[in-house]
Amino acid sequence: MRHFLVALLLAFAVPAVAAEAPKRGGILTYMIPADAPPSFDGHREVTFATVHSVAPFYSVLIRINPENPASTDDFVCDLCTEMPKAADNGLTYTFKIRTGVKWHDGTTLTAADVAASWNSIVFPAAGVLSARASIYTMVDSITAPDASTVVFKLKFPTGAFLPALADPYAFIYKADILAKDPHWYEKNIMGSGPFKFKAFELGQSISGDRNPDYYMPGLPYLDGFVGIYAPKESTRIDAIRADRAAIEFRGVPPSALTQLQQSLGDKIEVQTSDWNCGDNITINHSKKPFDDVRVRRALALAIDQWHGAPGLAKVATLRTVGGIVFPGSPLAATRAELEKIPGFWPDIEKSRAEAKRLLKEAGAENLSFELLSRNVDQPYKYIGAWAIDEWTKIGLHVTQKVVPTGPWFEAMRSGNFEVVSESACQSVVNPILDVQKFLPSDVSPQNYNQYHDQTQVDLYNKMLHEPDPLKQRAEMRDFETYTLDTQAHTLMILWWYRIVPYRSYVKGWKISPSHFINQDLATVWLDR
Amino acid sequence: MYQYIAKRVLLTIPTLLGAAALVFILMRLIPGDICLVRLGGGGGSFDPKALVACHAEIGVDRPYIVQFVEFIWGLMRFDFGTSMWSGKPVSTEILARLPISLEIALLGTAVAIGIAIPLGTISALKQNTWIDVVVRIFAIGGIATPSFWLGIMSVLMVLDLSAWMTGTPWMPPIDYVPIWKDPIRNLSMAILPAITVGYRYAAVSMRMTRSAMLEVMREDYIRTARAKGLINKLIVNRHALKNALLPVVTLLGIEFAFLIGGLVVTEQVFNLNGVGRLFVLAVQNQDYTLTQALVMLTVVIFVFTNLVVDLLYGWLDPRIHFA
Repeated sequence: MRHFLVALLLAFAVPAVAAEAPKRGGILTYMIPADAPPSFDGHREVTFATVHSVAPFYSVLIRINPENPASTDDFVCDLCTEMPKAADNGLTYTFKIRTGVKWHDGTTLTAADVAASWNSIVFPAAGVLSARASIYTMVDSITAPDASTVVFKLKFPTGAFLPALADPYAFIYKADILAKDPHWYEKNIMGSGPFKFKAFELGQSISGDRNPDYYMPGLPYLDGFVGIYAPKESTRIDAIRADRAAIEFRGVPPSALTQLQQSLGDKIEVQTSDWNCGDNITINHSKKPFDDVRVRRALALAIDQWHGAPGLAKVATLRTVGGIVFPGSPLAATRAELEKIPGFWPDIEKSRAEAKRLLKEAGAENLSFELLSRNVDQPYKYIGAWAIDEWTKIGLHVTQKVVPTGPWFEAMRSGNFEVVSESACQSVVNPILDVQKFLPSDVSPQNYNQYHDQTQVDLYNKMLHEPDPLKQRAEMRDFETYTLDTQAHTLMILWWYRIVPYRSYVKGWKISPSHFINQDLATVWLDR
Repeated sequence: MYQYIAKRVLLTIPTLLGAAALVFILMRLIPGDICLVRLGGGGGSFDPKALVACHAEIGVDRPYIVQFVEFIWGLMRFDFGTSMWSGKPVSTEILARLPISLEIALLGTAVAIGIAIPLGTISALKQNTWIDVVVRIFAIGGIATPSFWLGIMSVLMVLDLSAWMTGTPWMPPIDYVPIWKDPIRNLSMAILPAITVGYRYAAVSMRMTRSAMLEVMREDYIRTARAKGLINKLIVNRHALKNALLPVVTLLGIEFAFLIGGLVVTEQVFNLNGVGRLFVLAVQNQDYTLTQALVMLTVVIFVFTNLVVDLLYGWLDPRIHFA
């Protein structure tokens, strides 16, 4: 009976919430946890500070559905009119572009602008920096045969193309401006998005006003927004507490959420999500004894991820056990599949006994080494402390060396480390491209393991060129097993967990697995 | 005196050159690469060609000697170049931050002077009484308390107190507005950091004032003034305090110069977009041009402040002449 009543209540409550009519007006003030973006140009930057600052000013070609941003494959049009079907055996994608879209200067946006922007991203001119050009290796050409059509021709068919096209940094710029000065967008803003640029106070704030000519009917709801830069977490939390700001979109640690909930009660709401940021322990294969796969496997086998995760989730932005693919993706390993891989075995005693046996066999008992880490609290220091404790349980002697970001990178690039703690945050979940990081160092410059392995490259290429999702999933398992088990090239640690608390009067924003996504604020409204 | 000032100004040239060479070398000794921090800081993928393009764009792929000559040539023309991180002129980056740092430094100094000189004097005049003990405890507290802790505590206190009194937590604004645009908003933002900075600064100056006053009060000319029958107020204000202020002014000058670029922690705690925060950011990002310019600025401020302090000596003690 009680269950029936609850179900009845929910049945009435859910439509009531869903039907909540958005209110127009008001200014949203939010915190940006950074000093300021290095530049406004999304094509050249990789920091979230750029997206959180300027995404509301721009349109993109396609994006993850803002009404369903937690999805990993629900792509919808922004500037196009309909998601295209691949033609020509998966080699051609034709996008029809909306008509009547106005730039903020009043002129009309055409397919030529879309093609020019994408050409600038995929085939940057000499002297132009495009941070993600290498993920578009499948693209052969981008053309605009008429004012409302853009055609992407691919070199080979791949399921990685559409997610790559939904990159939240891929702002559409005006072709004329790009032609005159490809660096113009680094210091200036002029888009066709839901908000028009109002002001930028260097290192202080950025603000925008509602674009009355926005092409999405009825949007945006807000009159404007102000983003305030504040690198220090306590300032941001205090600001939300005192209602100087309503939200910080990136994510906060569990302790900050507790603090806000305790002081604000029902005036605070929270959305949470698995975060497309994975932690891994990178092992330098060029340093002995880490050239021995038995030693690398032993390091993985010592770590009890299943029991460590709940404890770490209480203090750090970590939570979910996963393999090399984001746990929410259809290409991710299931728990049963994971439990076959060293480091994920359910019986930790058996796992550690095997680790000790392997170390003994490799002549590396009582091994001592240094774990290099970055001087960023969340989550590096927590992971470092935890991993060291786990390794102690198989008789290893590990010390943690914490260094600033610059020297940390330099040590990894030059191979001047034994074992290093790393994190990688991706935007749109695109496992085929996201796992490129784990390819050998001579193929992927972001892999610092210092090895070459043609078998691993071949496994990857097979998967990259596979258009059938089911076969691709099986090939991803082969690649994952080879990377984490057969060769134990790297150790996956937990995936991050995104916690976004906000003032309860903020409505219409939905969390996604990435802090880069869904930041144009068009659907956000204020209930006050 | 003008000759003295000209000599002092000329002496700053080798000081600046030495500082320039030192900061140039030290910055390049730090392991790391601004382009890697920029492109890989988030941990995501980036195009290796972008790294090469980035190096070429900011000029770090050129020989060190070329970079150094360019830096010195720029200095000679007061051209500090552009920030490697933001691409904006270094002067724009610094000028955007200087007003807030200057304001906090001035307000902090005012708070320090307002507390240190009266309390230091009273403490000396009431030596070994309960008043002296209380003032000394207050001073030691200021020296012992880290500014970041005091800053965080003061914000939390305001938040909790306002929540307790009105039911709604309140905190000062976190976005800077110039004083000429909105004085109330500006001062409500600046007052807490000024007190936080001023308290520590006052504590040091208070102890200096006390010890200088104790020394001066035992001088023969004070005894003579008493023997002449001068009232105590005149003795203290006109004869003792003026002479006791010499070391205090030196200290205040050095502290003021430090405050312009050294409020790193306070600026972080109160979200002040000042020169100190910019300094940390520049070093973290390995932005050579910006760091070099900020070091130069700090050296100039120190040299200039010391010059002003030296000139003040002459006003405070007429026996001092500048040859």
